[in-house]
Amino acid sequence: MKLDKKSKSNLITYAIVIAAYIIFQVLAMTGNLSSHMKGLLVPMTYYAVIAVALNLCVGILGELSIGHCGFMCIGAFTSAFFSKITADILPTAPRFFLAFLIGIGFAALFGFLIGIPVLRLKGDYLAIVTLAFGEIIKNVINAFYIGIDKNGLHFSMKNSMELGMEADGNILVNGAMGITGTPHDANFTVGIVVLLISLFVVQNLVNSRDGRAIMAIRDNYIAAESTGINVTGYKMMAFTISAAIAGAAGVLFSHNITTLTASSQYFGYNASIMILVYVVLGGIGNIRGSVIAACILYLLPELLRGLSTYRMLIYSIVLIIMMIVNWSPKVIEWRKKTFGKVKLPGRKEVA
Amino acid sequence: MKKMNKVVSVMSAAVIALSMLAGCGDTAADTAGTGDAGSASGDKVFKIGAIGPLTGGAAAYGNAVCNAAELAVAEINANGGINGYQVEYKKQDDELNAEKSVNAYNTLKDWGMQVLVGSTTSACSIAVSEYTKADNMFQLTPSGSAEDCVKYDNAFRVCFSDPNQGIASAQYISDHNLATKVGIIYDSSDVYSSGIYQKFVQESEGKNFEVVSAEAFTADNNTDFSVQLQKAKDAGADLVFLPIYYKEAALILTQASTMGYAPTFFGVDGLDGILTVENFDVSLAEGVMLLTPFAADATDDLTVNFVKNYQEKYGEIPNQFAADAYDAVFIIKQAMEAKGVTPDMSVSDICEAVKGAMTEIEASGLTSAKMTWAANGEPNKEPKAVIIKDGAYVSAQ
Repeated sequence: MKLDKKSKSNLITYAIVIAAYIIFQVLAMTGNLSSHMKGLLVPMTYYAVIAVALNLCVGILGELSIGHCGFMCIGAFTSAFFSKITADILPTAPRFFLAFLIGIGFAALFGFLIGIPVLRLKGDYLAIVTLAFGEIIKNVINAFYIGIDKNGLHFSMKNSMELGMEADGNILVNGAMGITGTPHDANFTVGIVVLLISLFVVQNLVNSRDGRAIMAIRDNYIAAESTGINVTGYKMMAFTISAAIAGAAGVLFSHNITTLTASSQYFGYNASIMILVYVVLGGIGNIRGSVIAACILYLLPELLRGLSTYRMLIYSIVLIIMMIVNWSPKVIEWRKKTFGKVKLPGRKEVA
Repeated sequence: MKKMNKVVSVMSAAVIALSMLAGCGDTAADTAGTGDAGSASGDKVFKIGAIGPLTGGAAAYGNAVCNAAELAVAEINANGGINGYQVEYKKQDDELNAEKSVNAYNTLKDWGMQVLVGSTTSACSIAVSEYTKADNMFQLTPSGSAEDCVKYDNAFRVCFSDPNQGIASAQYISDHNLATKVGIIYDSSDVYSSGIYQKFVQESEGKNFEVVSAEAFTADNNTDFSVQLQKAKDAGADLVFLPIYYKEAALILTQASTMGYAPTFFGVDGLDGILTVENFDVSLAEGVMLLTPFAADATDDLTVNFVKNYQEKYGEIPNQFAADAYDAVFIIKQAMEAKGVTPDMSVSDICEAVKGAMTEIEASGLTSAKMTWAANGEPNKEPKAVIIKDGAYVSAQ
């Protein structure tokens, strides 16, 4: 059997992820992994997942979205809400699975709904609308108060006193205080499985007939339309899938940390731009690159903890250097000269 | 070419894997090498860690907590340590992010932390308590005031809980007949502020005053309060309750004076620090009342010494966060001494011992002359009301 270049490149991506997984598991098993590193593994996987999601939107579809953390937020809240209600009813495994379905489903639904008006726009306008969407989601969730008692669910948009609950009531979503006490279900294995599935979905989409249509739209909108490609349909498809994967990252997020608040440091535009940085530095359109960039850039400030406050400075300098090394035409020329014929895999897709 | 590709990708995979491993190695080396304060006199030392936002918007709180804890540890070491053992201290940044706070906790755990002073803020503290519970490590949060911060039996706190502050404020206003109509301005995007607000409103039912307006703002629009003030004014509020931090409160006082509205302003411990806001006309704060456990210009020896030493070392006047953290370290010392804890005990044994001691000891510190704890982790201490007179806090009895 002869694999074509693309399937080979895809397989290498899976192999890298699986190899990383095996290495970390062996290290953890033999007790060589510090608890700091162990704690970083799950966040690393969900940032890699959302970087893959955003790369589908920015790199493959070619539409700049800076509100992707909004979809992550929806996935996180809907799934955490579900897990919190059913924490005592369902056993862990099916509950977590259902939480995934719910988180992904809601994120996809919102992706679809937002996509209808948004995808009529192009370029900067789309970026601004997605940014606004991310902020709106955050603020709307901050206004929700949901409680449960023996009479069923209570709901208010004003404050927790308005819920009018019985004494045995339990507040599930408490406005700005969000959801606390979500069961801690996420672990590294689940994270890696989700990452592999999202890689599988995105990479196969890119290599399919649909993927080629999507990229044709990105490369030349008018030409694609004139050849009979359903532009709106394909755009919606890519955007919705991207939102759904972001929702999966949100599910991992909310089941890894027991306090979930819709505040700017997790779901604001700064967080969205951080994900965009992962995508840009990893290579727009380069799925494997964004996974690697997400892992490295998430780990970097953590591993530099020993340098206390200087690590922020170093992090930014590293960002600038990576940007120059990856993208400056002069440096690319110099690299080509110096390293001769060595061509990094995947780099050609980028250029 | 294809072969080349293969070679390069295998190499890059190896490099990534190695870089991650190298990362692990680095942290291990770091944690072994750096001990910020205190040098071991013998071979055994206690290791106390602190977590707070040392960078970003909330850095003032995190730095206050971490600095004061450092100061307390230095004083303890100078006076012979705990049970004769020196104390090592290390702080970690969490950037006001629960995820980072857990990372910070894990870093400290690798360093060998035995007792945690932290996290500084509520959401972070709740996230971390999930892990301290799993490891059975004793956690004393100086300033995590949300109810859930101490929901596990290994977690205690020094400050009042949000609900307690709301209840205490409502009772104080009612007991002292301060008002008949109360307006509230609170930050709906902040856990601390909305927590106090909710309890205050619940508690004020059946009291001799009426809540006539409750207006919210969020962290994204916290510069113009004229609408909220106008509503309170129109509703005829003669007291405005401000369960918020001092930065916004300073703006509210300034804007209220511009529009000629002069009710009594009543705040909680977040208002502490209002006299140090830059470009704020301190005379506007005249007559403002606040419930706070700590006032930096109190005249008892403990406070005077603490403020003097803190100012010498860090160049600023400590706030209530610092006072809570300073107390926290001494509370841990007292609890450890009560049970004769030694550093060679396991983290879990230390936790059990200190946990047992917490409900038995009676501590006295900066934030109260008499503090006791219930097994649920809540402190029992008297709230102090102070009033600002001539640019200084005076007791409002």
